[in-house]
Amino acid sequence: MNLLPSPAIIAALVKIGLLVGGLMTAAAYLVLLERWIAAWVQDRRGPNRVGIPLTKIRLFGLGQPLADGLKIILKEDFTPSHVDKVLYNAAPLVILAASLAIFAAIPFGSVLPPLGIPGLPDPVPFLVAPGLDVGVLWVFALSSIAVYGVLLGGWASNNKYGFLGGLRSSAQLVAYEIPLGLGLLGVVLASGSLRLDTIMNAQAESGVWYAFAQPLGFIVFMVASFAEAARLPFDLPEAEQELVGGYHTEYSGIKLLLFLVSEFLHMITAAFLIVIMFLGGWHLWGVTGAEQDIGWIQALLRFGILSAKILAVIVFFMLVRWSWPRFRFDQLMNLAWKVMLPLGLVNLVTVAAVEEFRPQLVAALGPGLAKTVAILIPWVACIAGWIVSGVFTPSGTDNTPILTHDPLDIERELADHERRERALHDDSTTELAGSR
Amino acid sequence: MKPTDPAITWLEEKPLGLTERLYLPLFLQGLSITARHMVSRKVTVNYPEVRPTVGNPLIYRGVHRLNRDDAGRVKCVACFLCATACPAHCIDIVATESPWPDREKYPESFTIDELRCIFCGMCEEACPVDAIELTSLLDLTGKSREEMVFDKEKLLSVYDMTKDAEPMKSKTLASEGMATFDHAPGHGAAAGGHH
Repeated sequence: MNLLPSPAIIAALVKIGLLVGGLMTAAAYLVLLERWIAAWVQDRRGPNRVGIPLTKIRLFGLGQPLADGLKIILKEDFTPSHVDKVLYNAAPLVILAASLAIFAAIPFGSVLPPLGIPGLPDPVPFLVAPGLDVGVLWVFALSSIAVYGVLLGGWASNNKYGFLGGLRSSAQLVAYEIPLGLGLLGVVLASGSLRLDTIMNAQAESGVWYAFAQPLGFIVFMVASFAEAARLPFDLPEAEQELVGGYHTEYSGIKLLLFLVSEFLHMITAAFLIVIMFLGGWHLWGVTGAEQDIGWIQALLRFGILSAKILAVIVFFMLVRWSWPRFRFDQLMNLAWKVMLPLGLVNLVTVAAVEEFRPQLVAALGPGLAKTVAILIPWVACIAGWIVSGVFTPSGTDNTPILTHDPLDIERELADHERRERALHDDSTTELAGSR
Repeated sequence: MKPTDPAITWLEEKPLGLTERLYLPLFLQGLSITARHMVSRKVTVNYPEVRPTVGNPLIYRGVHRLNRDDAGRVKCVACFLCATACPAHCIDIVATESPWPDREKYPESFTIDELRCIFCGMCEEACPVDAIELTSLLDLTGKSREEMVFDKEKLLSVYDMTKDAEPMKSKTLASEGMATFDHAPGHGAAAGGHH
């Protein structure tokens, strides 16, 4: 019996190692990027001191993640006495494991050129679990499991801030899973696949990214991703001003680090999904090509373009954080159920109609004009839907308390009575005046 | 306080306009403001290498100094007005008979506990002869409490150190044509000498 693992397993392990290492480094450096952008937006300079340890080389502060990580690891891992020990310890593990496992189905490039290693199918895709037909479902199932980490953390903390954070998080994430799914369904309809690599290939082959073909789906998915990643303006689960730290109020040291890392992993996941499903993945017109048998330069170029797009989306995420104030909770729910859900449905119906009648369109107008019309129709639906939902949906719930008063409050009762009488009198006099 | 309390005035929120309802114009506005600030001039400085600029040294309240007169003597006449005005009680003066004919007293010792000082500037305002002033030195550090108690020599050395960058405030104000107590009629012998 051959005790050596097969080349496919070795390839998978190498990919997992690269991916997890890369993701952890990326999460650490995104913290630095977030602090830089926060500083620049606020007219500050940001962290620019820490460079290579024990030298005077500063490198614009690129050593900062190392210092941040060391500091938080060396902090006391304090467990308060009033927590549910089992759940308290499980929560950070659940959230981190789920956020990392998501990446098994997310491609981080196109394909490698044929390596010619026996036992390894060529070409090797940039994907830990190639050929997973339920890739999108896997991603969504695991991102829902990551919510359990937040909930467990909030519940196990036995703390009012943690509890409120967990509650808000569950309500928000349940509400925004639906527009997220609706935004995604349009893409699945158009590409005919649940595999993320197939979705990218479909966009590369047609040259039309789904952000252009389904603008409404893109907007709905984008907004829902912000909410799913709990980024401002939807960061109610951990609104510092109200809830201290939200669900991770009671956590410290390395467990807090796990929570913070998985928050950044959520953001990376959201950026990956937005880029892969709506912004063409590794495709760029006239640069990458669309074919599957490629050389090394093209493989690396596609990887670079995908990474650049993801970085751009993340920078946008971070700019948004400093551009708009947080939604109130009722506004958040309004947006989810009364705006995003109908808009997602409009997008779904439009895409379904366009895809259904595409052959007839091509037959009637010819392929070139049919393509233009197929893009124009969703844009019209987008603009119309946006205006209608903007004008006709309430922006929030009227939370003014209903002014009731004690029945024994005689003075107020009398005053009210007098006011009613006078109003009645005024009305009758004006009516009389009008009739004359 | 109950919501029915008559002391509460309930204000109606202004109804949203079309641009606010459509969100997109405000979205772009917010993003453009953020983007503009990303590239705008930064207000902080790389501190130890670059010194922050003090807006107006005349009104900045940093480390104290004791001014010297034209003859290089300490200007202070040991009147205790600054020590009386000081809300933190950080000024300690020992007065003795002056060896010079133009004043009766002078401080034998003059100490300021910089750790107790709250840098309110009352001493500067109280001083009738503009002897004590606050400079624009803003980073005051020391390794012990004793080191932070400034005596007369130290305060005079602060004057020697800063007099070129920051001339005596009374002189600066006089050169700008503003009235100072030095020129008020019937003041003291020191002021009388100028007339």
